Amino acid sequence: MPIELKMPALSPTMEEGTLAKWLVKEGDAVSSGTVLAEIETDKATMEFESIDEGTVGKILVPEGSEGVKVGTVIAVLAGEGEDVIPAKAGTSSSENESSGKTDEAPASAGVTEVVKPAPAAPATDPAIPAGTNIVKLTVREALRDAMAEEMRRDERVFVMGEEVAEYQGAYKVTQGLLEEFGPGRVVDTPITEYGFAGIGTGAAMGGLRPVVEFMTFNFAMQAIEHIVNSAAKTNYMSGGQMRCPVVFRGPNGAASRVGAQHSQNYGPWYASVPGLIVIAPYDASDAKGLLKAAIRSEDPVVFLENELVYGRTFEVAQLDDHVLPIGKARIVREGSDVTIVAYSIAVGLALDAAETLAGEGIEAEVVDLRTLRPLDKDTILASLAKTNYMSGGQMRCPVVFRGPNGAASRVGA
Amino acid sequence: MRSLQERFEQDRRFKPDTELLQHLYEQMLLIRRFEEKAGQLYGLGLIGGFCHLYIGQEAVAVGLQSALQEGKDSVITGYRDHGHMLAYGIDPKIIMAELTGRAAGISRGKGGSMHMFSTEHAFYGGHGIVGAQVSLGGGLAFAHKYRQDGGLCLAYFGDGAANQGQVYETMNMAALWKLPIVFVVENNQYAMGTSVKRSSAETEFHRRGTAFRIPGMDVNGMDVLEVRQSAEVAFAHVREGNGPVLMELNTYRYRGHSMSDPAKYRTREEVQGVRDTSDPIEGAKADLLKMGVDEDELKDIDKRIKAQVAEAAEFAENSPLPAESELYTDVLVGSY
Repeated sequence: MPIELKMPALSPTMEEGTLAKWLVKEGDAVSSGTVLAEIETDKATMEFESIDEGTVGKILVPEGSEGVKVGTVIAVLAGEGEDVIPAKAGTSSSENESSGKTDEAPASAGVTEVVKPAPAAPATDPAIPAGTNIVKLTVREALRDAMAEEMRRDERVFVMGEEVAEYQGAYKVTQGLLEEFGPGRVVDTPITEYGFAGIGTGAAMGGLRPVVEFMTFNFAMQAIEHIVNSAAKTNYMSGGQMRCPVVFRGPNGAASRVGAQHSQNYGPWYASVPGLIVIAPYDASDAKGLLKAAIRSEDPVVFLENELVYGRTFEVAQLDDHVLPIGKARIVREGSDVTIVAYSIAVGLALDAAETLAGEGIEAEVVDLRTLRPLDKDTILASLAKTNYMSGGQMRCPVVFRGPNGAASRVGA
Repeated sequence: MRSLQERFEQDRRFKPDTELLQHLYEQMLLIRRFEEKAGQLYGLGLIGGFCHLYIGQEAVAVGLQSALQEGKDSVITGYRDHGHMLAYGIDPKIIMAELTGRAAGISRGKGGSMHMFSTEHAFYGGHGIVGAQVSLGGGLAFAHKYRQDGGLCLAYFGDGAANQGQVYETMNMAALWKLPIVFVVENNQYAMGTSVKRSSAETEFHRRGTAFRIPGMDVNGMDVLEVRQSAEVAFAHVREGNGPVLMELNTYRYRGHSMSDPAKYRTREEVQGVRDTSDPIEGAKADLLKMGVDEDELKDIDKRIKAQVAEAAEFAENSPLPAESELYTDVLVGSY
């Protein structure tokens, strides 16, 4: 069958070009790799190679022709022992070949109904059975216990990072894990965040459950390429094949007098990335329950802690397996006059602010977001509907929201 | 660090039986015809975005992967990944359909040329950021060692990627922890438009592991039997628990870096020269003829493959697009 040679698109956006020069003439034999013509666009001149064997039968578009649309038949090749049946010069390719769309593409200009998957029913914190023993734990102990419990429960869970093993953790969060689980599962890494974040991500893709510790999230900027491009996006691009159940955890945000390079809050950056779960707990109970949930999640999690809170003590229910829901905020202080939304260390500041306000006769409701992505909008809006005034405490940068009825008000934090 | 190279040089070419060599020949020819067709479909606007063709480099993927343990070893590469997928024997229809973005594609139409995966075959992509696949490959090797499953990871990257910092971070950890990984530099002489001489202070890439005491091998990537033999030497070393190997496979791509590359950085004569003297498929064909295989039989193979590729192209043109709801699926696995 004679082969129609069509004007190729030489870039994703090319719609037409100039057939600058023919390098073969009618009657020439061509084979795979023979350059047939030079085609010019506004960006470049490219060579058009033959991929088939045959003889040039008829050249339909002459040299120098401008504005040749992509898909136009420019020449016809005859196969071995064939006659050439010339197509009408300048015709576009036949309908059933030119379009990449199918019959299912909506013909009408009407809006197609895009069905988003229904959101999950809102989860609630599991109830704590009456009579459960309550213990006092620091946040660092709670995080360590979460990791130890998950490592006992699931052999695939391991921890890697700088100083996590023999040093017992730069901030002593992983203290005791090396002794219980051994160096195969508690792995000291060299100071190479880009590389070990990639190795952790790859290990998760390969079926393990890594917990990758960054000494602080400031250093994770060297690794952010893997967190975003590898861990967050690959499941989508693979049509669901490449799950990446990795947890990236470590201190985030302000510490004490450590300078600008060691003090940034990365919550807003990571919270804007589709495909990532971003958690930022405050107290020890949330830290433990949410780290367990993060490790069990099939999705990549960025788990933002805060160094100044590691040493604070909170009450934690002594339960075998207390796992908290990801994506659910918590009302940590009820009030009726103004809502303060906060996360991580700012929750403590918000509670302090609430005490000050109470002295002035204002009852503040404090919402601890706990998860930044996905954001629990329902809880925030329900509180706003109740109080009509809202202030957000993003660490030390208050953001103000206007309620439906009242003027915006600002609460210093 | 030269021990593997020395062992390899004692006998550089694998001695296959006719059946195996014919199989390798067919695989390379399938990749060649498939890639030519993909280039054509791109020109017609049926494939969009980026499309990086493997034409000329076929012997590398085919030769190395023929020495892997099916289902046990893992493979990861960058965006020039069509050939690696076809070397698994995966149906060309679903690979072509992924190129045209259809629901029947191997990544359900959501990855495209650069993001093809088959976890079923332990093929982990298909990655767009230069060099990323090397650290990820380190992770796959880590998992093999952690599980003690006897598998190794074959991690391919190009001469351009070979200058990435994360590659050396990964080499360090791989050597330190004796991870079962084979680093493969597919040196096709050009990183997009930049030749190796213009981008690399050390162009002998197989020496790049010396800083970490990783043995290196220098292989002619245009000869599938040499590639296969080098794999035998390298994989044995890794399987014995000796840690990583760095292989440099010297090869060449006949087309530009991608479909949008006019390839002005090299002459037509250079490309034609390689094609005339070192084409991997012609080389295997010559070997087969020497072994007594009939020329007509080889012509039949070509016809069969051309038909297979045409079928794949037709399927890819006519297969339905993904439903619009697929914009929202697979972003996350869980619901929260």
